[in-house]
Amino acid sequence: MAAYIARRIGQALLVIWLAYTLVFLAVQLLPNDPVTIFLSADAAADPATIAAMKAQYGYDQPLLVQYFSQLAGLFTGDFGYSLASGQPVAERIGAVVGSTLVLASSAFVTAVLFAVLLVAAATLARHAWLKRLIINLPPLFAAVPVFWLGLVLLQVLSIQLGVMSLFPDGSFASIAVPVLVLAIHVSAPIAQVLLKSVDNVYTQPFVDVLRAKGASPSWIFFRHVLKNAAAPAMTISGITVGTLLAGSVITETVFARAGLGQVVLQAVTAQDVALVQGLVLLTATAFVVVNLAVDLLYPLLDPRILKSGTHGAPRALVA
Amino acid sequence: MSIKLEEPLTRAAVVAPFDVEVIAAPKKEARALRSPMFWLTCAPLVMVLGWALFPSLFSGFDPISGVPAEKFQAPGAGHWFGTDHLGRDVFSRVVHGTSQTLLTAGLAVSIGLVVGTGLGLIAATAGRAADAVTMRLIDVLLAVPGFLISLIIVTAFAPGPISLGVGVGIASIASFARVVRSEVLRVRSLDYVEAAFMNGGTYWSVVFKHILPNSCGPVLALLAVDLGVAILAISGLGFLGFGSPPPTPEWGLLIAEGRQYLASAWWLTTLPGVVIVAVVILLAGLGRQLHKIFRL
Amino acid sequence: MSTNTSTPTLLDIRGLSITYGTGKDAVIAADHLDLELKAGQIVALVGESGSGKTTLAKAIIGLLPDSAHIAGGAVELAGENLLAHTNKQMQEVRGRRIGMVPQDPGASLDPVKTIGSQIAEVFRLHPQGHKRSKAQLRTEVIRLLELVGIDTPEQRIGQYPHELSGGLKQRVLIAIAFALEPELLIADEPTSALDVTVQLTVLEVFTKLARELGTAVIFVTHDLAVATDIADRIVVMQHGRIREDNTVREILRAPEDPYTRMLLDEATPADFRARTGERAGAPEVPAIEVVGLTKVYGHGKTRRAAVDEVSFVVRPGTTFSLVGESGSGKSTTARMVMRLLEPTAGAVKIHGQDVTNVQGAAKRDLWRSLQLVYQNPDSALDPRYSVSRIISEPLENYNIGSKAERRTRVAELLDAVNLPSRMAELRAKELSGGQRQRVAIARALALGAKTLVLDEALSALDVLTQAQILRLLEDLQVNQGLSYLFISHDLHVVERISHDVGVMRSGQLVEVGTTEQVFGNPASQYTRLLLDSNPGALLREMANN
Repeated sequence: MAAYIARRIGQALLVIWLAYTLVFLAVQLLPNDPVTIFLSADAAADPATIAAMKAQYGYDQPLLVQYFSQLAGLFTGDFGYSLASGQPVAERIGAVVGSTLVLASSAFVTAVLFAVLLVAAATLARHAWLKRLIINLPPLFAAVPVFWLGLVLLQVLSIQLGVMSLFPDGSFASIAVPVLVLAIHVSAPIAQVLLKSVDNVYTQPFVDVLRAKGASPSWIFFRHVLKNAAAPAMTISGITVGTLLAGSVITETVFARAGLGQVVLQAVTAQDVALVQGLVLLTATAFVVVNLAVDLLYPLLDPRILKSGTHGAPRALVA
Repeated sequence: MSIKLEEPLTRAAVVAPFDVEVIAAPKKEARALRSPMFWLTCAPLVMVLGWALFPSLFSGFDPISGVPAEKFQAPGAGHWFGTDHLGRDVFSRVVHGTSQTLLTAGLAVSIGLVVGTGLGLIAATAGRAADAVTMRLIDVLLAVPGFLISLIIVTAFAPGPISLGVGVGIASIASFARVVRSEVLRVRSLDYVEAAFMNGGTYWSVVFKHILPNSCGPVLALLAVDLGVAILAISGLGFLGFGSPPPTPEWGLLIAEGRQYLASAWWLTTLPGVVIVAVVILLAGLGRQLHKIFRL
Repeated sequence: MSTNTSTPTLLDIRGLSITYGTGKDAVIAADHLDLELKAGQIVALVGESGSGKTTLAKAIIGLLPDSAHIAGGAVELAGENLLAHTNKQMQEVRGRRIGMVPQDPGASLDPVKTIGSQIAEVFRLHPQGHKRSKAQLRTEVIRLLELVGIDTPEQRIGQYPHELSGGLKQRVLIAIAFALEPELLIADEPTSALDVTVQLTVLEVFTKLARELGTAVIFVTHDLAVATDIADRIVVMQHGRIREDNTVREILRAPEDPYTRMLLDEATPADFRARTGERAGAPEVPAIEVVGLTKVYGHGKTRRAAVDEVSFVVRPGTTFSLVGESGSGKSTTARMVMRLLEPTAGAVKIHGQDVTNVQGAAKRDLWRSLQLVYQNPDSALDPRYSVSRIISEPLENYNIGSKAERRTRVAELLDAVNLPSRMAELRAKELSGGQRQRVAIARALALGAKTLVLDEALSALDVLTQAQILRLLEDLQVNQGLSYLFISHDLHVVERISHDVGVMRSGQLVEVGTTEQVFGNPASQYTRLLLDSNPGALLREMANN
């Protein structure tokens, strides 16, 4: 168990380090440094201003120094500085991230619940046509653009029916509708993977044994199949962190909510590479942490994971 | 190899050939290609491809300059999707916007396919160390959301279709790499691949004659699905204003423009969105069908 | 049929017809079946795959797949027509009145639940009035585990299926099936996935319980030998019809149906036909010579020798068989002989030439004279290729002959393996298992290989198909002077085809000798155990008389 946890944590740190390195390299590969890009729109910027700003943010240092000082910063929660406002990235993001976190986490929980319910309904449906209908919902959800669904709901609920306001006013609808829009989008991949995984479990002989014991379909599904099918769905749930973030930004824009969305839009419009870089690292860290949590949950679901299998020699490509 | 050490299960589906002369059922593959579902999926997609290649054939209205007198007309026989604030025909703008969206998505998918297939092949065939390194690289690509990769590129190179295509393309590398890797691993562990080596096949002849043809099904299927995903991502970024600048009729941009008139002209946002949903669903359906056709 | 009027009829099946699929594609899996079963009687359903035996068993317990359609008939359990039951009523019957022991113990227990909870589940599903406390359930579960002969039951109940061996898992499944002492038990090939020695002990536990508790059993099997060992009565099925239904004694003594007779012929031990020693005279170069062959996996604590100092000789023009249970290292040995796996130590000589260290082009040359035939005919041929392309692929790879000459060679080879030439244009996936195995043999012979390694090459095939391929292998051996290294777990097949036999156990060769010696007068304890576990005691007895 300890070895498993240690290995997973090691892998997680490795991925964060690789992500940081790749993003750092990518920024170096840009035709210009972040300061020059940031000031390129500003006609008044003369070489002296550029040089001063470079010195201020440390972009005049040798590359290796930049690389290691930024890397060290990562471990102290320092994700660099926004060029546009001079604020630390962490601070800039920290001010608004709460609202985004509320949106994203409620949407995530809703999405998972929704996916499980949908798969349960599809599995336990008595009629073939109903089953087929439910099975076709996730591909539909996956095909609907978040921003479009948000706009259509706004159009119907707010303009046609008048049950919610166009702008956030703290009412239940103004919180629930964005959460729903995002949840539908995020639930699609989870439901699709869970459906497939559940189907696979149903082909296993132990399900026949359960039937032969006299178990009812819902007993089999909730007490056995779901737990067996959970691992792939958990994996994909961990991976949706990225989708969740992108979806949050778009949802916030559509519903005019405060949050990370605003920061992202401003950063891109102002060509503030440093801020975007900080955002990327922050998200990558969040992604890795969530997926580490998922990895550590697996053994609770499946006792076989901890037993590292020795499968003889793998078949090598002959030649 | 663990399989070889176990005793055979009689579950292996073997049809009792009591009579050696019996010849089996007709070919399944041909049937799948002839199925109406396949063509019902393909026909509209071919039409959308037509929109991209010859937009003028499908709509007589000018997508850029409108007739101010005809602004904000609701959908009807004259203007199928209605008209916008400048009196431009929305259907014509959707049709003319197709090439922009498809080209960008095509660029993205090509990047994903080429780089992803390369990485997947390396991971599956170049030994354990290469596999470990490539898989970590893929983990990183997964850890940085595609959306943000696109944002870095758009920020650094200014908004535009190429920045978008490259960004979305990098984001799709991971899924191609994973599918290619697992397919190649699956196929190359099959007995007939080993048998091909024992029958005098060289590394490359076996790769081209047996491994690639038998592993391309899921990759083709992913290609179709991923094109849909790329269209979604690109229209989302276009909606945020990171794609082509107006008045270019890009699908996401069309919806963004219509947003200002949400209260008075619902069709400006709703109908272009319906087209996006339809195209993405059809591509996903095509992916499923391709998967079925290539599964043996 | 033996009619014992004193015991009541438990199960009465009349005119049962079942089809799979609809319309043009519909396949009849059961065609007007009639079957009667008395309380406490053990009946074996015997047939090849596709005979409808499993369909019939599943229909009784109401677990047919969705694609199956019951076209008519009745299944009465003690007078109640089960086919008229609702789903809810059937759930009441299953587990309580009809139990099931499944085919593949490896995957028949929920991998993420403990053994104890899976046995206790039967009591939870059928509380029958009184709810049991946790402690009561625990006692019940421990009692059941002891009943099926599992040691230290207190520890076992907290274990997960992957911590148990196949035989133990099957015992747990038997405990589950007998938990509520049902009147009828359906056993669907319950031991076909187990090794012979394990099969024997599991069958003993199973029949003992059934006899003690007076449970009627429908025992589905493809193995006539197993059926004769445990059943009172045998029902032979083919193509969805019942060919013969009689007591074991009667079927063995005077089989009426020609199909039954064929199955019996294949199941009875063959005579040795004085195969051994026929070429003892001239000095000969062995087809395969293996000296001290060893394969070690892992290192340090995990070090494990899959093959340990194995040495044997395959004389030219003869068949040498390696027999053993799963994990004995016989397939690993075969792969090292083929040079598909690097040996840790030892030497391999093929036709007198040391090939232990050949690489690249030399290895390719080796494979021109030494070929492998795989166990699974489904994966041995590229499904996209036509038969003629599969067989001519080796010729193309070595640029042998013109197109026309290759076509002639393909026709010759097809003829040699008794396949009609019109099959040349079919794709591999359109062939049956036996046909595919013939094509695989033809491919192996395309370059004129003189020695074949057959790795469980018959194991995935039905009994009669096995017999046909065996005959083909024997003919080819005589006509072309081939030598075989035959890997198998099936003693019956080994006895029939081999000149010499080696018995493997945990990586070691425990006995080598002529077939006559090994089967007639085994020197090692283990060989004797294997032979004693081999089902078909009654069959052998009858054959000897």
